Amino acid sequence: MSSATLTRDPDTAAPPARRRPLRPARVVLHVFLAAVAVGWLFPILWAVLTSLRSYEYTATHGYVSLGGWTLDNYVTAWRTAEFGKHFLNSVYITVPAVLLTLFLASCVAFVIARFSWKFNIALLGLFTAANLLPQQALLIPLFRMFTEIPLPAFMSDSELLYDSYWGLILVNVAFQCGFCVFVLSNYMKALPHELYEAAMVDGASVWRQYWQVTMPLCRPALAALATLEVTWIYNEFFWATVLMRTGDKFPVTSSLNNLRGEFFTDNNLVSAGSVLVAIPTLVIFFLLQKQFVRGLTLGASKG
Amino acid sequence: MSDLPLIQADRAVPPPAATTTTRGRGRRLRLLSGTDRVVITLMVLVPLLLVVGLVWLPAGATVLLSGTNWDGIGPLGEIDWVGLKNYDDVVNIYPPFVPAVQNNLLWLAALFVVATPFGMFLAVLLDKELRGSRFYQTALYLPVVLSLALIGFVWQLIYSRDQGLLNALLGSQTDWYGDPNVNIWAVLFAAGWRHVGYIMLLYLAGLKGVDPSLREAAAVDGSSEASTFFRVVFPVMRPINIIVLVVTVIESLRAFDLVWVINKGRNGLELISALVTQNVVGEASRIGFGSALATIMLVVSLVFITLYLFTVMREDRR
Amino acid sequence: MSRPRTEAEYLARLVPPSVAGLNRRSLLAGAAGAGTLLGTGLLAGCGSDSDSGADSKTVSIGSNASDPTPKDVLAKLAAGFQSKSGVTASINTVDHNTFQENINNYLQGKPDDVFTWFAGYRMRFFAAKGLAGDVSDVWGKLSGFSDAFKKASTGDDGKQYFVPASYYPWAVFYRKSVWQQRGYQVPKTLDEFNLLGAQMKKDGLNPIAFADKDGWPAMGTFDILNLRINGYQFHVDLMAGKEAWTSDKVKKVFDTWAGLLPLHQPDALGRTWQEAAQSLQQKKSGMYLLGLFVAQQFNENEQDDIDFFTFPEIDSTIGAKALDAPIDGYMMARKPKSETNAKKLLEYIGGADAANIMVKGDPGTLVANTGGDTSGYTALKKKAAELVGSATEIAQFLDRDTRPDFASTVMIPALQQFIKDPKDIGGLLTSIENQKKSIFTS
Repeated sequence: MSSATLTRDPDTAAPPARRRPLRPARVVLHVFLAAVAVGWLFPILWAVLTSLRSYEYTATHGYVSLGGWTLDNYVTAWRTAEFGKHFLNSVYITVPAVLLTLFLASCVAFVIARFSWKFNIALLGLFTAANLLPQQALLIPLFRMFTEIPLPAFMSDSELLYDSYWGLILVNVAFQCGFCVFVLSNYMKALPHELYEAAMVDGASVWRQYWQVTMPLCRPALAALATLEVTWIYNEFFWATVLMRTGDKFPVTSSLNNLRGEFFTDNNLVSAGSVLVAIPTLVIFFLLQKQFVRGLTLGASKG
Repeated sequence: MSDLPLIQADRAVPPPAATTTTRGRGRRLRLLSGTDRVVITLMVLVPLLLVVGLVWLPAGATVLLSGTNWDGIGPLGEIDWVGLKNYDDVVNIYPPFVPAVQNNLLWLAALFVVATPFGMFLAVLLDKELRGSRFYQTALYLPVVLSLALIGFVWQLIYSRDQGLLNALLGSQTDWYGDPNVNIWAVLFAAGWRHVGYIMLLYLAGLKGVDPSLREAAAVDGSSEASTFFRVVFPVMRPINIIVLVVTVIESLRAFDLVWVINKGRNGLELISALVTQNVVGEASRIGFGSALATIMLVVSLVFITLYLFTVMREDRR
Repeated sequence: MSRPRTEAEYLARLVPPSVAGLNRRSLLAGAAGAGTLLGTGLLAGCGSDSDSGADSKTVSIGSNASDPTPKDVLAKLAAGFQSKSGVTASINTVDHNTFQENINNYLQGKPDDVFTWFAGYRMRFFAAKGLAGDVSDVWGKLSGFSDAFKKASTGDDGKQYFVPASYYPWAVFYRKSVWQQRGYQVPKTLDEFNLLGAQMKKDGLNPIAFADKDGWPAMGTFDILNLRINGYQFHVDLMAGKEAWTSDKVKKVFDTWAGLLPLHQPDALGRTWQEAAQSLQQKKSGMYLLGLFVAQQFNENEQDDIDFFTFPEIDSTIGAKALDAPIDGYMMARKPKSETNAKKLLEYIGGADAANIMVKGDPGTLVANTGGDTSGYTALKKKAAELVGSATEIAQFLDRDTRPDFASTVMIPALQQFIKDPKDIGGLLTSIENQKKSIFTS
């Protein structure tokens, strides 16, 4: 049954009986959901509206007013924070970090789910708990470590793990692995064992079982995790600011701080910058939304 | 770890009821080939080294540093050992510590009692074949995607005493962010706003995985929708219930960014993680003292992790 | 692979970080010793870039000037320096807040040759810890700085480690139009100040705009009251941890403040300074004790309407001549890639040409060097420069005059606690004193 669940398309699998004409209960449901959705969106829309207004106007008339409409904030934000350059930096960090996280986490998850040996629980604990540790607390030891680890000049102009993308990628991978191992191992445990039986009969090596049997089946889960991880790693700004010293190498979320003044901050401008920064994560979310909801089955389909 | 013992393949997972299989129930020992052993070792070892090296090693160092009064400057050789003084200070002369612990517990309770169930409830509603479901999902999930800078500003717009929307609508002069009796609730509301979307999505994904025939069978029995959910669906969702639970605990223990962006976790918004950050990160550089706070947080986290692992282990034994 | 600078360092790096115990430390000490023997010139030659020898033509500036105007000014300074000396100055800009938060790590990593910082305790602390370079010989070539500025640039060992660039005073700001309309007079004593506040209240104004959501603005109020009641030397000693917070002198500061609190805007802990400044701008508040940067909250056409006075006298034996006027400037890294170039740059920045560029480029700052042509100053800035010029002593602001850990983890929560509940001053001061003892003895 579980294999059937895995391949079924939730959209078409719904029994026809559930598509009924509108009943009162349904109307209530829609009204409720719509109210919640609007309630959820409202604060964000309010901020987006603010980003479209000039600071001079809102400073004089307060935010609960209308007027002062302008697109200048977006233009200024893009230029002041040099988003063009910093978006690219974010890509350099986010893409390899997400891919590496998923690859390494799926390896561990596969071993944990596929084989039963005594270290399994310890391993799972080690990874999951790593996700729970307060990152700020590890800053100083990590910083010291990074200033001691040399890199060849062609990898980083700092010649250290400190102030290099490599260091940043590794830190992100290390901190995100835990959650992915936790989710993927749960997911993989739910995969039917007959698959491996068949693979073993074929004489498939462990690597082929992982790469050709397990991974394709995990595609939805991987897509879902990819979306979450892109969001998290992309929005991460803490490590970038402490493990880097060159402002030009900062990812876009860290460069957002350039819009804040030493004393004076034009909040409308920051708001516009934040909207710009949010766009890539939104695009990723919309692109993968279908995969996402179908994907994060998290092994719940054991039935 | 290179000399793997005989690998026990085929965990004792009960086969799905509906499948007729020739597979035996017992554990079978299988000798893996040499290459396979190397591959398995590498698959575990590489990520393990990374996580141990970049997470656990610094964590160990943090525990060690909590016994010192280091200010983060100068060679490691000049660090003075002060024993348990930092812990003594944390408990006895550091005013924000007790409120921080209380707030963390409050945070856990609020997410656990209100936000998580509400997210699950919304997921159940959205699991029906609804027109516009994608829109609802997106609206609820949006707060999870947005960057912190925007979230901070969003709530500043609403809660500001002089210019906020809330006071303008209510005609009140409540100091939502400044009054320490009020601000934690205001922030918890914002935290719940983000948490609900996250839980909704995780749970919705889990619900999509539940075999519809289960529900149909229950419906045929004449069960109401609610009782179908609690009697049939909820128990089946055990793995995802655990995930949601763990995520809720993680989120409340590590809760940090919202209060940080509002007022750096002061004046009624103290959280342990914010205190750690105040002391360790930035100019303050009270590494020893901050590490003591971090160690306390670490120990609390490990309690929850152990509980979780214990559950998992019991599950596996069954 | 990168090149180890010495054999000792080469050996040191063979030891994995995990076993970096005593052995590693002594090896590193050896490395440092060997480095000193080899001389700084050679060491500088072995910097991270192979082409950055002692006679190289580059120098790097680590800058916290992320606001558009100061950023622009620094770029102009770098260009001016290049055309004068032929040395290219590259600027590494990190936003102000991040720069300040990471300064400890930054200086211990690979700092730029010259970096922005400010005068005060932290500057002296970095100097004492060997994290900043001695620039006394640059000072030998500088002119146009008052003794107060030189003193503010001097470390505990009597050498200079800092070149001032700009400063801003803290004072009580108000709108001329409001005061003219209501016939308010600048108060000369605390009593007059209180009377003025009472009058403003009667007139339906918030007498004193106030905000402390971010924790630091209230420090300005504490500083000025302490300076007026106990004088500059007590301020310095208190900040250095030498005086007890439980003393009657400190208690008097808080008592006086508690007396003034009813004149302050209520609910300050949820308000940002910008919101408070807006209440001044919107003529809802009568005055506001803040730094000169308050002017940034006003529109272009309102700039001429801003005026200020220094906080009135409280004790006639102390007077009203001391004030907070934080100084921003530049320091040199401990091991710049080229010390010659770094010093050349600092000399240029401290000179009159640079002062002129700063006056022209940034209407928001007061230039530290009196040799600059200040005819372009607005009336407000002229008055501010006069105020600081006439000050007998200049303090740097609480969080720059004391240990940063004490300022941020003890004083901010304590001052917020006071604002919340001004009644329990005794308990609060005991708590501060206990934490101070623990921090300052470590």
